[in-house]
Amino acid sequence: MSQRVATTSAAPSTGKRTLTLAQSQSRFAWILLIPTIGVVLMVGLFPLAQTFYFSLTDARLASSREVNFVGLQNYLYLLQDQQFFRTVGNTVFFTVVTVGFEFALGLLIALVINSNFRGRGLMRTSILIPWAIPTVVSAQMWKWMYHDIYGVINDLLVNQFGIFNQNVAFLATNTTVSLFAIAAVDIWKTTPFVALLLLAGLQVIPGDVYEAADVDGANKIQQFFAITLPLLMPAILVTLIFRTLDSLRVFDVFYVMLGNRRDTQTMAIYAQQSLVNFSDLGYGSTISIAIFLIIALFVVIYVTFLKIEDA
Amino acid sequence: MASITFENVYKRFGEVSVLKDLNMKVHDQEFLVLVGPSGCGKSTALRCLAGLEEISDGNIYIGDRVVNEMPPKDRDIAMVFQSYALYPHMTVRDNMAFALKLRKTPEAEIKRRVEEAAEMLSIGHLLERKPKALSGGQRQRVALGRAIVRNPSVFLMDEPLSNLDAKLRVQTRAEISKLHQRLKTTFIYVTHDQTEAMTMGSRIAIMRDGILQQLDTPQHLYDKPANMFVAGFIGSPAMNFFDGRIGRSNGHLTVEIGEAFAVPVPAARTTGLDAYIGKPVAFGLRPEDVHDAHYVPRGVNEDARLHVDVNVIEPLGSEIYAYLQKDGKEFIGRFDPRSEVHTGGAAEIVLDMHKMHIFDPDTEQAIN
Repeated sequence: MSQRVATTSAAPSTGKRTLTLAQSQSRFAWILLIPTIGVVLMVGLFPLAQTFYFSLTDARLASSREVNFVGLQNYLYLLQDQQFFRTVGNTVFFTVVTVGFEFALGLLIALVINSNFRGRGLMRTSILIPWAIPTVVSAQMWKWMYHDIYGVINDLLVNQFGIFNQNVAFLATNTTVSLFAIAAVDIWKTTPFVALLLLAGLQVIPGDVYEAADVDGANKIQQFFAITLPLLMPAILVTLIFRTLDSLRVFDVFYVMLGNRRDTQTMAIYAQQSLVNFSDLGYGSTISIAIFLIIALFVVIYVTFLKIEDA
Repeated sequence: MASITFENVYKRFGEVSVLKDLNMKVHDQEFLVLVGPSGCGKSTALRCLAGLEEISDGNIYIGDRVVNEMPPKDRDIAMVFQSYALYPHMTVRDNMAFALKLRKTPEAEIKRRVEEAAEMLSIGHLLERKPKALSGGQRQRVALGRAIVRNPSVFLMDEPLSNLDAKLRVQTRAEISKLHQRLKTTFIYVTHDQTEAMTMGSRIAIMRDGILQQLDTPQHLYDKPANMFVAGFIGSPAMNFFDGRIGRSNGHLTVEIGEAFAVPVPAARTTGLDAYIGKPVAFGLRPEDVHDAHYVPRGVNEDARLHVDVNVIEPLGSEIYAYLQKDGKEFIGRFDPRSEVHTGGAAEIVLDMHKMHIFDPDTEQAIN
């Protein structure tokens, strides 16, 4: 009797495939990952796939018109679209200028704050103020500062310092001046953020390494290039990727200060204009996919050049 | 080649004085160990010598040069850090070559010296690895190697063994001693471990609260500690201390411990004690001078005998640590392994009074 009970209770376990510890652990890991993967698919991959689908159609926004599949027609048009290439040029120019300045200034500020001085905590918090102001607000503020008649910048340059002998219309004179003027706003706003990211990277570098370098005979400049820069590389990489992606997608500063002006348009504004103002869902999606590919290209370049796996 | 001199050195951090009037001379080619409990100022003294901290007062000499204001790189020193402080992004080879590269040493010379040092430390096969791919012991060797290639006139080591496991520590201890013999350079070695200090140092400087307590050879520190702190710090298990009083009976001096018992002072050890007759003293006796009465080594005077309780015994194979008690006072004896004492039992013991230490209880200084 008891033997029978033992056999029957043993039967299911032999019938079922037994998992090794490693297998059951990896199965458990997958179970834990499923919700995250689901969310990523839903909010990341699905919209991207849908955008890609629209880019192959002649869909109109908020229209009951029948949607036709048009193949690569939108892409062929994109390759001949002068305005699109102008927006790419504007955006890349803006990105190079802002990321370059923000990185250089941010690193300088991070190094200063990383050294010990009184009021460091206050300094660290207060430099974030430009970053904390909503872009729409600060862009409007700068627009007034740039004003050709009443703007404080013209007042300083013309009346106070006498650098120019007449007022400059920063946002109207020509494309390059306008782009630089807007880049300045972005640099003012985002440098503190870059500084903070780099500061976090600096603070992970152990202090004893610098003492060893002191004893080894490296001066401060040699220490910066031989120790700080290489050890900061992971933080630099993250910062540059972050900032480049943000800059390539720039919309708000330009939109508030210059609206839909054609000559200073960025990729994102052009996509928005095509999509919303012209209700051209198909072509707007095509531009969006192009933006996505350009951004992906930048990431690939960064990761390859800075060797993320080595850092 | 250099001697080191600390002359009235003070180091203050704000209100806190970490070094107080430190005077110390380290001879050329000597292996000096700076030892003391944590916070005693030993590491600070080393960092001041390295130039990583500025001294607040006094002078530090390396050779004949005053180095108070000299940056570390000009002091001709090399330092091994407790954390090793290897450059994490450089290979072992680059770590070791860094200082030489900064000095614009020719490539071939760098290669020769790095490989020679790596050979000496048996890390030749690790040269192309990064520190994170090394074990603790290997990192420690790289840190040593980085110091060796510099060929400095002074080696500074700040607790270099404290991150190693016990076995590796013993092994590396011997290797550092060998290294010292081979390099014939001045070594200054900071540790909190009295065993390291005793085994490695040609002389030992014991510090406490920023004040140098005693600077002497290991044997002298053990035999003639200058004060109760040194007596308690050197030796393991630590010296037993008793509150006592110097008495006299039948014309002989005795040490009276509490009310209960008195032990005779041998005639050879009475110097200086006359002034303390009737006065309280601190009586110190090392565990190795407390013997089981059945196994007293030859030559030990057996006059001071006591019957005691045995609270706990710890047999170590080569010897037995016996935690003894007499009239509420606990102390430790290191017994012969043949001793038959057992936990909870009783024992007759012999105190080797020739090895006793008498201290003034107020100043804590040794009396005789």
